[in-house]
Amino acid sequence: MATQQTRLLGKLAVAPSVIVLFLWMIVPLALTIYFSLLRYNLLDPGNESFVGFFNYEYFLSDPAFFAAIGNSLKLVFAVLAISIVGGTLLALLLDQAIVGRNIVRLMVIAPFFIMPTVSALVWKNMFMHPVSGLFAWLMKSVGLEPIDWFAQYPLTAVIIMVAWQWLPFATLILLTAIQSLDEEQKEAAEMDGTPPISYFYYIVLPHLARPITVVILIETIFLLNVFAEIYVTGSGGPAGNLPYLVYFQGLLNFDVGGASAGGIVAVVLANIVAFFLIRMIGRNLEG
Amino acid sequence: MARAVSVRRRTIATAAAWLIGFLIFFPILWTIITSFKTELEAFSTPPKFLFFEWTTENYGIVQERSNYLRFVSNSLILSIGSTLVALLFAIPAAWAMAFAPAKRTKDLLMWMLSTKMMPPVGALIPVYLIFRDMGLLDSRGGLIAVLFLMNLPIIVWMLYTYFKEIPGEILEAARMDGASLWKELVYVLAPMAVPGIASTLLLNVILAWNEAFWTLNLTTSAAAPLTAFIASYSSPEGLFWAKLSAASTMAIAPILVLGWFAQKQLVRGLTFGAVK
Amino acid sequence: MGTIVLKDVQKRFGDVTIIPNANLAIENGEFVVFVGPSGCGKSTLLRLIAGLEDVSAGEIIIDGSNAAQLPPAKRGLSMVFQSYALYPHMSVRNNIAFGLKMAGQPKAEIDAKVAKAAQVLNLADYLDRKPRQLSGGQRQRVAIGRAIVRQPKAFLFDEPLSNLDAALRVNMRIEIMQLHKSLGATMIYVTHDQVEAMTMADRIVVLNKGNIEQVGSPLELYNRPDSLFVAGFIGSPKMNFLTGEAATKHQAHTIGVRPEHIALSDRAGEWEGTIALAEHLGADTFLHIDAGRHGRLTVRAAGEYHLGPGSKIWLTPEKGRIHRFDDKGRAIR
Repeated sequence: MATQQTRLLGKLAVAPSVIVLFLWMIVPLALTIYFSLLRYNLLDPGNESFVGFFNYEYFLSDPAFFAAIGNSLKLVFAVLAISIVGGTLLALLLDQAIVGRNIVRLMVIAPFFIMPTVSALVWKNMFMHPVSGLFAWLMKSVGLEPIDWFAQYPLTAVIIMVAWQWLPFATLILLTAIQSLDEEQKEAAEMDGTPPISYFYYIVLPHLARPITVVILIETIFLLNVFAEIYVTGSGGPAGNLPYLVYFQGLLNFDVGGASAGGIVAVVLANIVAFFLIRMIGRNLEG
Repeated sequence: MARAVSVRRRTIATAAAWLIGFLIFFPILWTIITSFKTELEAFSTPPKFLFFEWTTENYGIVQERSNYLRFVSNSLILSIGSTLVALLFAIPAAWAMAFAPAKRTKDLLMWMLSTKMMPPVGALIPVYLIFRDMGLLDSRGGLIAVLFLMNLPIIVWMLYTYFKEIPGEILEAARMDGASLWKELVYVLAPMAVPGIASTLLLNVILAWNEAFWTLNLTTSAAAPLTAFIASYSSPEGLFWAKLSAASTMAIAPILVLGWFAQKQLVRGLTFGAVK
Repeated sequence: MGTIVLKDVQKRFGDVTIIPNANLAIENGEFVVFVGPSGCGKSTLLRLIAGLEDVSAGEIIIDGSNAAQLPPAKRGLSMVFQSYALYPHMSVRNNIAFGLKMAGQPKAEIDAKVAKAAQVLNLADYLDRKPRQLSGGQRQRVAIGRAIVRQPKAFLFDEPLSNLDAALRVNMRIEIMQLHKSLGATMIYVTHDQVEAMTMADRIVVLNKGNIEQVGSPLELYNRPDSLFVAGFIGSPKMNFLTGEAATKHQAHTIGVRPEHIALSDRAGEWEGTIALAEHLGADTFLHIDAGRHGRLTVRAAGEYHLGPGSKIWLTPEKGRIHRFDDKGRAIR
């Protein structure tokens, strides 16, 4: 509620942000769609020609494409599962009366602030190196054969390091949510003599439903876009995941048309997720 | 109200929490420790945890070899620059959305959020080509523009949720007191929103600092920030663990400290106010 | 001077009409209270006068000239908000001085005015504190201080006491009334509390669904309510309403009798009933009586009443204290 004069000023104040964001969204997208319909190779400039859906057909017949989508989805699901389950348990633990809780919380949250390239290199070399990595040493010292992570299980290796970064995020958000649980509600449950398991199931979990959904959706957005970890470790070749494949096709193979088609697929995929996320956050806005 | 918890339960919970916390933190700790080893000791089997010859030579070598300071200053310029530009756009926008909402304000907020959902790969090729044609590849200005646009929706949202908490009556009181819009923003809203603006700035510096899609794809050397600096260690220098560790420590230390301060804001910013 | 005239003032938010059409003339120096249930449009009307909202149509004439299109600061009014709306980052001194600074007054003059206001409001010892270091009553005084230093044509109060506890509210009520007396300025005061309205107002404006139901002095409204709504809203406990046979006997659709205008007897009377509940307030007893087809009636008895719940009782309304209403809820005179 405000006067007309204030509302007019308001429109002027919002306009710059809206205009730049609109351009940022629409111009690259339109160009990507346009390129995806062309035969356009950077090594062969001046010979662009319209090829309709050829790039999409080419992509759809390329096994690397499906491998990349598969890897993208596996990465998302695995990291989600680890961070939600682990994050809930860890948040419950950190909500207990712990000596030095603030320090523990600092240690737990730290990985989230680590630059993806750092995390990738540290994990790849110092932990997962098949000969001198810490994991290899641990396995040898209990008499097992060390694993060559990036040769044998490249996706698992990436999942471990990405989950290490996102578990803290889930923990932090769920801990914040648990701590906002009404103290009186806790006391009422205690007066009712609710056993811990039922307390978790009937009181805590419903309270966490919304933050968990938020975590799932936000992590999905970011996880679909994981790039640096795969770029730096080179795991899985071109089919590392969808963003990496697009980069590979466009900036390493110079196939602008093909890469654009892959980009559009990524946009569609993200939009399916975004649809649900936007709706949910919008509903929270009402409250 | 705080009450006595049984000593046993407290002990078990504390021990478990410290153990898990330590395991999660260990890779970072290990990186920092390794950065003070010689290359030989960094590789030794069994690994040496604390009892080795501590040395700081790696830090000197890293700086000498690839001019760490240039990357750090690029990181600072890109992250702070893009955040400040975004604040310039976002403060008026958030003020309008919070205090002079129109019918479409909520739709507008949702739409801003939706631009954040656009996967960067969908825009990579055209942005790369446009940058190439305009000579913006590997330039700080170009990258600041991209990072600014990346984070603008989050900044508007965060400021909006902070401004929302300021009672509109106070701004109305200022209006009754004869303050113009400009004075209302400068003397009343901004001082009251300092904590909110500061935490928005903090969180977005962190996000921009760690941004590793655009910075890797649009820079080569002149404008390259720390993300690219570290990526250059992927091979074959990655085999020099002590130096890799020293470089990594230098890349993460500043932001780790900032991040610890920004924990609470992080939750709010990254969940778009849905969890506080 | 401080006369305010509303001429055909209308307010719509989109398709929703908040104020259909309001006409009102407020004299200089008058203490006028806008009262009504929440959502009746009383705050909106005040904000229209303040200039914090635009009128959709009509004129707001302040001291003879139409101010409907002026921004708030140009209208020469000051406002005390429900939440006090103090600037949390400024000291009490700067809170009070802010409006004068915005008006560009010289520093010496500002200091003198602030000092004077602080003295009047007993705030002299708190001038360098921040609002959060003050109690609720002190914050309220700062808000008032901020309003008086500007020497406005009129003061607007938007439910200023609703955030205070009951005891403090009574004190502040008296302080505001004394302030009105000593300043002699026009004051418009919005509240949903009819006790505040009755005790403070020179004239009360009763609002219902955006319409001005009745304007009059407290006793006029109490004695001669124009409508069922006003009759029910003014007075505590609420007036009893009876329909059906009891009303037709008085040639009305509905009759109303205040709890204090019913005589009680344990032997005989006009209506028969049983005491369901007795509320003992010490000075008075409120009896809730089940009166069969007349429904539940409230009666006020002085002091302690000798009969308790379950007792049979007879009620007789005082002659000349029966309010009659037609089927549209309007008073029959």
